[in-house]
Amino acid sequence: MIRQYGDILDKFLLSEILISQPSSFNREETGILDRLTRRQVDKPVIYLGSGSCGRIAGSLKTGEAIREYLEFSGIEADITEVGCIGLCSMEPLMDVQLPGKTRISFCKVGPEKVTDILDAVFNRSILQEHLLGQYPQPGQEPWSNVVNVSDLRFFKNQVRISLGKMGIIDPENIDEYIASGGYRTFLKTIFTYRPEQVCDIIEESGLRGRGGGGFPAARKWKTALTTAADQKYLICNADESDPGAFIGRALLEGDPHHILEGIALAAYASGASKAFIIIRHEYSLAISRIRKAIEQAKEAGLLGQNIHGSGVNLSIVLKISPGAFVCGEETALISSLEGKRGMPRFKPPFPAVEGYLGKPTVVNNLETLALVPSILEKGPAWFRSIGTTQSPGTKIFALTGKTVNMGLVEVPMNTTFRDIVFFTAEGIRENKPFKAIQLGGPSGNCLDYNHLDLQIDFETLKEAHLGLGSGGLVVMDDSSCMLNLAKFYLEFLKKESCGKCIPCREGTKRMAEILENITRRPVNEKGHETLERFKGVMQLENLAEVIRDTSLCGLGKNAPNPVLSSLSQFREEYEEHIFDRKCRAGVCTHLRIYYIDIEKCTGCTACARKCPAAAIIGTPTHPHFIVEEKCTGCGICQETCKFVAIYIK
Amino acid sequence: MNQSMDNEIDSIFQKHQRNQREALIPILQDIQEQYGYISEEAVQKVGLFLAIPTSKIYGVATFYDQFHFQPKGKFHITVCRGTTCHLEESDNLLEEVSKYLKISQSEVSRDGMFSLETTTCMGACGRAPVISVNGNYYEQMTIDTFKELIESFKQRAL
Amino acid sequence: MIFTIEVNNKQIKAKTGETILSALRRNGIDVPTLCYLPELDATGACRICVVEVEGKPQLVTSCSQPVEEWMKIFTHSPRVIQARKTLIELLLANHPDDCLYCPCNGRCELQHLAGELNVRERRFPNKKSPARLDQTCSALVWDPAKCILCGRCVRSCDEIIGVSILDLIRRGEKISIGTTFEKPLNLSNCITCGQCIQACPTAALREKEAFAGVQEILHKPSIFPVVQYSPVISVSLAEEFGIKPGKDLQGILNSVLRKIGFKKVFDITFAADVLVLELADTLLKRIALGEKLPLISSCCPGWVKYAEQYLPGNLDLLAPLKSPQQIMGKLIKRYYADMQGITPEDIVVTSVMPCTAKKFEAQREEMSLQGTAEVDTVITTRELAKLIRLNGIDINQLDEEMTDSPFASRSTAGKLFGVSGGIVEALIRTLHFRLTMKEIANPKITKIRGFKEKKEVYINIEGKEYGFAAVSTVKALPSLLDEIQSGKKNIQFIEVMACPGGCINGGGQPIQGNGETSQLRAKAIYDIDDKESIKASHKNPAVFDLYQKLLQEPGSPMSSALFTAVFNKRTVLL
Repeated sequence: MIRQYGDILDKFLLSEILISQPSSFNREETGILDRLTRRQVDKPVIYLGSGSCGRIAGSLKTGEAIREYLEFSGIEADITEVGCIGLCSMEPLMDVQLPGKTRISFCKVGPEKVTDILDAVFNRSILQEHLLGQYPQPGQEPWSNVVNVSDLRFFKNQVRISLGKMGIIDPENIDEYIASGGYRTFLKTIFTYRPEQVCDIIEESGLRGRGGGGFPAARKWKTALTTAADQKYLICNADESDPGAFIGRALLEGDPHHILEGIALAAYASGASKAFIIIRHEYSLAISRIRKAIEQAKEAGLLGQNIHGSGVNLSIVLKISPGAFVCGEETALISSLEGKRGMPRFKPPFPAVEGYLGKPTVVNNLETLALVPSILEKGPAWFRSIGTTQSPGTKIFALTGKTVNMGLVEVPMNTTFRDIVFFTAEGIRENKPFKAIQLGGPSGNCLDYNHLDLQIDFETLKEAHLGLGSGGLVVMDDSSCMLNLAKFYLEFLKKESCGKCIPCREGTKRMAEILENITRRPVNEKGHETLERFKGVMQLENLAEVIRDTSLCGLGKNAPNPVLSSLSQFREEYEEHIFDRKCRAGVCTHLRIYYIDIEKCTGCTACARKCPAAAIIGTPTHPHFIVEEKCTGCGICQETCKFVAIYIK
Repeated sequence: MNQSMDNEIDSIFQKHQRNQREALIPILQDIQEQYGYISEEAVQKVGLFLAIPTSKIYGVATFYDQFHFQPKGKFHITVCRGTTCHLEESDNLLEEVSKYLKISQSEVSRDGMFSLETTTCMGACGRAPVISVNGNYYEQMTIDTFKELIESFKQRAL
Repeated sequence: MIFTIEVNNKQIKAKTGETILSALRRNGIDVPTLCYLPELDATGACRICVVEVEGKPQLVTSCSQPVEEWMKIFTHSPRVIQARKTLIELLLANHPDDCLYCPCNGRCELQHLAGELNVRERRFPNKKSPARLDQTCSALVWDPAKCILCGRCVRSCDEIIGVSILDLIRRGEKISIGTTFEKPLNLSNCITCGQCIQACPTAALREKEAFAGVQEILHKPSIFPVVQYSPVISVSLAEEFGIKPGKDLQGILNSVLRKIGFKKVFDITFAADVLVLELADTLLKRIALGEKLPLISSCCPGWVKYAEQYLPGNLDLLAPLKSPQQIMGKLIKRYYADMQGITPEDIVVTSVMPCTAKKFEAQREEMSLQGTAEVDTVITTRELAKLIRLNGIDINQLDEEMTDSPFASRSTAGKLFGVSGGIVEALIRTLHFRLTMKEIANPKITKIRGFKEKKEVYINIEGKEYGFAAVSTVKALPSLLDEIQSGKKNIQFIEVMACPGGCINGGGQPIQGNGETSQLRAKAIYDIDDKESIKASHKNPAVFDLYQKLLQEPGSPMSSALFTAVFNKRTVLL
């Protein structure tokens, strides 16, 4: 790619930082910068939400429809593919910015809606049905009677430090990033501060790792910086493999240069001249965007040898993770990078002293690194003003489940779960009752109603024996069974355990078996089997304790969390399953008990013929009957019955 | 191994350094990208190039989800097993899909048409349950819409 | 630096840099281990060695945690015992419950730990693993159902032997141990050395047992059962019967074998002596004719298979001679049978070896003629002990006996074949005599002794320097060969043994927990060499007799006809 405005942007980037660069811009230059930041556009711009979530929702088809529309109507307009603003449940999103007007956003825009919406917009009116809101900017005429996007409930409580530019700028264009102030902090930092000063600033800001542990980010950097070695490495861990977490993916897709800037700063601070960014192989869009971004940054002289004459060298290498959840653990990640099985090893030695190829290596979560540029730009005091004293800043959650709004939210660390679920997410769909939150995925915990008023900061959660985990936040209503969920996570963990240590490999397997036993319908159960089932809960607790106490790595240590927390919060539900053989949510199919409504049953015999357990008896033309002891709860009879005569009690 | 495959793998090697174990996973990724799977011959060649025993290569390759050792089906189906998809009963969907296609996870149907796999999260939780076929996404799947989809693929393959 | 730490409320001394486990063991505090191999770095995989360190939230693995001055450790607190016990119970959950029928019964580490930790019930319901038994290999059996995934075999094959045929495969609940593409062992690059058996704490890896078949033929009237045993059996059998390791039981061994029912008992040391003569001849001819050097020994079938797989271009370096086991077998079936007027087909030769690869060697195609194998059955030292027990013989109550003629005598040089460097030592003694017609002044060549992976010695005979090397395990071989072939080293002969330290440490030897036992076995062999008077193979009177009556001279057409071995390239995934 040849950068059209390279010179102007270099000037913009380096003015104030390097005295040799003048800081005044002529009219033409200002015009270009304004166009790049979309302060002024000279023809209509249509922005299409094209993150993976948008694409899955069909944004590419919407894009085609837009192109067809423009061709057909002869309107000249730019189409820009942007990342996700975080409101995944409203995708596909399509924004329109007419010259002089503010950018206006429409949601759930299927291809069939494109014509209606665009017809209206180009005629200066609005199709209310698909309206989301507008993004006001000084110097632009706002649309009347249109709410500001930032005033929507979903966005109102958010403080978007890392997500700020997501869905707004073109992720594939470094010029837009630079024009909106990007990479300035990086250059300013390497020209102004020594690495240890950067560590000090980050230490002062109180930034803690967002990967789950909550360790002060600067500590690792300092260790690596002060360890003598000819080569040091920084690894940005974007190998996100949690079910239900997609923070990294969205950041990489929506604002890749922001991540690169964070990596560059952290690498500088920890004395690393080579950095890796590791992305899961399934994230093809994120991979292609980061790949492009690295190329562009190299071309702009922001990566490479002697960056802009500063004497600082840095290369960032994209590595594609071949996929294993355990590689979220830093030593496993390093093993994987070294071309080995991604199995964790014991610590010490810690990677910051002896890591990749035996050299000091800092492993940071992508979300942590995403906060770094803003801290250095705005100062530690600013960062400390957000969140709590001990846990300053914001945290991003992948908010999913049964809520009205779903997507990515970035909230200050002093937000409560209630705020997130009932304000930002606007509560549960169809007004169903709230039941639980699953926080942090397979290594995380279950929260119930009593936890809603807890703040999300590290201290509060630690006190409540909870952890942020990966940042997945799944909200459940009464249609979810907590045992089923616990089983789901154990099934996941037993598959994802690296298999090295006994407690994790065997323990998760056994715990899953115990849960399976509890949620199974006991057909022809023998005495000792009943006893085993009754002992299940005790076994679970006992086993969990040993797994926690003896596992090698964090994955194993935290493996019992989903079960233990749901057991303590929803014990009666476990007991119901065991003793009453009942699943109140009706999820555990094997525990469903089917009945035949004798009023509705015509005696057609269809169900009896289909029943695989031969549990339905009756004579033709007379109402049938299900023998409870034989029924396995498969539900085939219910599917078969044409008269809706079979129901679950 | 035929000559052209031999040459292709050699050209993959040119992008990497000999005897550097760090290159193992990227090389395997390149080979899989080229052929869709990793063959015995390829493993042997990589072993000689990087001076690693093939047992270690196989150990590494089987550790990760990405690598396959037989060609994928013409239609490669991935079922999302993220938490939200699970809450929307993707487990049942997976079971039904598996029954319908008569293959289980990481298997290929006998006619080579379909292969099945799961993934931890596609990140389209708002649209659960989600599946993808050859990289194209299908949202809010039910077993019925799935069956329709499969039939349409079968038609297309004829 | 030495400092004091507190363990179980008692002060003990510890050294900076060592692990907790090493400090505990030195102080006589026993902490169980499972995945730990003393000669290799710890992996911390099994967690059995956990101990409680005050102030640490989690239990720590003593094998990997460096000891620190402030530490207060509890090695057997209720929390620790509970954890260890649960770990064992977890392993037992899907372990086959067939201890009574298991070849490993009584020496299984899992069984031992279960007993020690007082496991009395199956706490977790039994779901047996569906893993398949691999019996394809002629030497080893791989029983994955009994595998507890400690990884010791993988590390042994990789880090001790240097072949690396195994690795962990997949992860999580589907993890297993296997070869590349999970090929059965016979199609893999396994060299059948059996060191994985030495490493395995259970019966997941074991030799393919043959002693039951031996027992059967012993009492068939139509069969003439003959036994031959390796030079190291006499110094290894003692420990199987609770006698001090390294005690030489040669005379008793002869009588016990006759008690069991073998009609004739021969010592393969005799064949080793024959081989030394042939080897010396081959080497001298190659040097004289300027043929390809170095000459490499081909006695170790594990090494031979390795060479056939990994060094197909260098197979002409291998001495084209059979191993002592096969030479002995051949002599029994061709020479002895003739002499006694017995049809070779009626003779069944059982070979007692410290080795599993010998089982493989005996079944090689070229090791039989017209369907008659030179050696019919090979059993290991461990199997011999089982056979003795099966026959209810008390070895403490036996008198010493001699081996049978016409192979009744041996030299101590042949005995040295049991230790790494032994072939070199024996060869130098005979070579010296062949070149000078004088015995070597100091037959003890200490430079080539010991357990190092690679040893070299340079001997000056009549103004000419001859270089010899002994390699045990194949790790050091490729670089050594490179050095010789690029002219950096002047070495004419290399001895290769696949097992560390040579046959005394073979895969078929009694299972030993540490390296000390094999040191004692080696010492016993060297003691014999010190004590006895026939120190060189060419001085063995029976060998002299054999050459007079049958072979004429080393390298004669007769000896080539009998002893020539062929090696062929093997194509397997490497």
